[in-house]
Amino acid sequence: MIQLIKRPTPSKAWAWATPIIAVFATMIAGGILFAALGKNPFEAIRVIFWDPLFGSNAAYFRGQLLVKAGPLILIAAGLAVGFRAGIWNIGAEGQYIIGAICGASLALSVYPSESAWLFPAMVIVGALGGWLWGMIPALLKVTFGTSEILVSLMLVYVAENLLAYMAFGPLKNPEGFGFPGSRNLQQYPSAHNPELIAGTGAHWGVAAAIVAIIATYILMHRHIAGFRIRVAGEAPRAARFAGVVPARLVVFCLGLSGALAGLAGLFEVAGPSGQITDSFNAGYGFTAIIVAFLGRLHPIGILLAGLLMALTYIGGDMAQLMLQLPAAAIQVFQGMLLFFLLGFDVLTNYRIRIGKAQAA
Amino acid sequence: MIGGIDIIALIATLMAASTPVLLAATGELIAEKSGVLNLGVEGMMIMGAVGGFAAAVATGNPVLGFVAGAFAGAALAMIFALLTQVFLSNQVATGLALTLFGLGLSALIGKGYEGIRPPPTAKLDFGPLSDIPGLGQIFFRHDWVVYLSLLLVAATWYFLRKTRGGLILRAVGENHDAAHALGYRVIAVRFAALAFGGAMAGLGGAYLSLVRVPQWTEGMTAGAGWIALAIVVFASWRAERVLIGAYLFGGITALQLQLQAAEYSIPVHLLSMAPYLITIIVLVILSAIHRHGVQAAPASLGRSFHASS
Repeated sequence: MIQLIKRPTPSKAWAWATPIIAVFATMIAGGILFAALGKNPFEAIRVIFWDPLFGSNAAYFRGQLLVKAGPLILIAAGLAVGFRAGIWNIGAEGQYIIGAICGASLALSVYPSESAWLFPAMVIVGALGGWLWGMIPALLKVTFGTSEILVSLMLVYVAENLLAYMAFGPLKNPEGFGFPGSRNLQQYPSAHNPELIAGTGAHWGVAAAIVAIIATYILMHRHIAGFRIRVAGEAPRAARFAGVVPARLVVFCLGLSGALAGLAGLFEVAGPSGQITDSFNAGYGFTAIIVAFLGRLHPIGILLAGLLMALTYIGGDMAQLMLQLPAAAIQVFQGMLLFFLLGFDVLTNYRIRIGKAQAA
Repeated sequence: MIGGIDIIALIATLMAASTPVLLAATGELIAEKSGVLNLGVEGMMIMGAVGGFAAAVATGNPVLGFVAGAFAGAALAMIFALLTQVFLSNQVATGLALTLFGLGLSALIGKGYEGIRPPPTAKLDFGPLSDIPGLGQIFFRHDWVVYLSLLLVAATWYFLRKTRGGLILRAVGENHDAAHALGYRVIAVRFAALAFGGAMAGLGGAYLSLVRVPQWTEGMTAGAGWIALAIVVFASWRAERVLIGAYLFGGITALQLQLQAAEYSIPVHLLSMAPYLITIIVLVILSAIHRHGVQAAPASLGRSFHASS
C-alpha cells in the first residue's frame, strides 16, 4: 500500500528537483508523441533542445532566444508575485495587448516625431495601459468580491477584439494600400526599440526583464512586503491578524503584473514585431503562466524557466521547418510540461511511504 | 421585426446558441458541487469539439460524434482528476494547464480537418407542432441535442435536490473531512463528478463544431468554457439558474450576431466584445448582491483532500 505522508515543511531539495524531473519526463512523453506523429523522437528532441544552442546555425538562434525569453520572463516575474499571494491574474495576455496598443497609439499619433522623449514616453504609456487593464479585475475584486480569475480572463477576449478593431480601424497604416495593420515602428527611428548589442537579440525589453527579476527578488526575499505577500498566500488568516490588508495586496499584485505585461507588449510592438496587427499577440501571456510555475514562482527559477520555454519556441519553429512537425505539437509539449511539474510537485509537500497503512 | 431584428428568429437562435455553454456549465456545476474547481472547461470543450468532429467525419454519423466528444472531454477531465485528487496538485494551476494542453492537442489533432463540413445533425420532427406560427419556430424546430441538453439540466436538478446520490455529492463538496468520517469515498465521488463534468463539456464542444459553426477551426471555443464557469457563479450553484444564465448569455450572443447581420454601423470587433463584457457586468452585479449575503459556493470548493490531515 502506498501512502502519502504530509511533510511538516516543504522539502527544499525536492522543490528544486521537481522541475528538472518534470523536464525529463516531458521529453520522454514528448518523444512518444513525436513518434506517434511519425517522427524520429530522438531527432526531434535534438532539433528542439540541442540544435538551437549548439547546432550549425546556432548563432542566429541564440539571438532569437533572448527575443522570446524577454517578454516571457518580464510577464512571469509579475505573475509570480501575485500567485504567491493567491491572487490569480490569468489575463496577462490582455494586459500585454493593451500595453502594446497604448504605446503604439502614442507613437503613431505624433508620427513622424523625432523627439528623443518619444520612446521613454511610450514605455511609460505602455506600462500604464497594462496597469489600468489589470486594475479592472483588481478594483472589481476589492469592491464587489468578483473573481479576478474570470474577469481578467474575459478581458483577454475584450482586448483581442479591441486589437483587431485597432488594426483594421484607427491605427491602420494610411499608406498601407488597404492592408490591415499599423505603420511599422521599426521604420520609425524615434519609436523603435532596437537591438542593443548586435546579434544577441537583446533589446530594451530584455534589459527590463533582468531589472524585473532583480527587483522582484529583492521584493520577495529581502523586503518585508514580500514576506507579507507570502504569508497572505500561505496563511490568509494569520496574515490578516498580522495587519496585512487583503485589498491593498490585490491592487498591488494585479497592478504590478499588469504593468509588467503591458511593458512586455510595448517592447514587443516597438521591437521584434514592429506592427499592430490582429494576430500580433502570440500567447506570451499564457505561456508566462507555465514559466512562473516551472520557475517555482521564484525570480531566479523564472529566469531559467523563461530561457527554457523560449528554447522550446525556437526549437519548435526549427522542428516545424526541418521535420514538418506541426506547430501545435510544441504547445502540447508545453502543456505536458506543466502537467508533469504539478504532478511531481506532490513530492515537495508529501513523503511516500510504502508498506502497511497505520491508523492515523 | 424591431429595428431590423426578427424577434422570433432571435429567440429561436437563442436556444441553439446557448446549448454549448448550457451543457458545459451543467457539467461544471456537478464538479463544483463535489468541491472541485476545474478551470479546464475551455480545454475539455475544445477537445470535445475536435474529437466529436473527427469521429463524426470518420463514421459519417453525428450521434457517434457526440459520444466521442463526450469521451474526449471526460478523458481530459481524468487527467485533471488524477493530478488534483491523487497527486494533490493546486486546482487553479492544474485547470489552467488543462486548458493550455487541450488547446494545443486539439490544434494538433484538428490539422487535417479544416475546411470540411460534418454530417448534418438531425432535427426532431414534431409534425404539425412545428407549423404553429411563432411558437413552432421557437420551440419545435431544433435538433435533438437542444432537447437533450434541457433534459440533462432537469436530470441534474433532480439528482442534486431529490436523490441520495446528490446528497452525498453535496456533502463531499461542503465538508470533505466530515463526509470522509461518515465513510463516503471522497476521491471516488470527485472522480465521478469530474468525469461527468468533462463529458458535458465535451458534448458542448461537439455541439459547437458539429452544429453551431459547423466546421472545425483552431481555438473555435473562443472562451465559451470560461463563460460556462462564469455562469456557474452567476447561477449561485443551482441547476435551474444555470439554465437562466446560459439562455441569457445565448440571447446576448444571438442578438450580437443579428446586429452584425442587420449592418448597423457598429464595428464588428466592438460588437464581438459584448458577450464578454456582459459576462463581466453580470458577475459584478451578482457578487455585489452576494457580498454580505449567504455564501453560495460549496464550502470545500478548491481545497485539496488528504485523508490523514
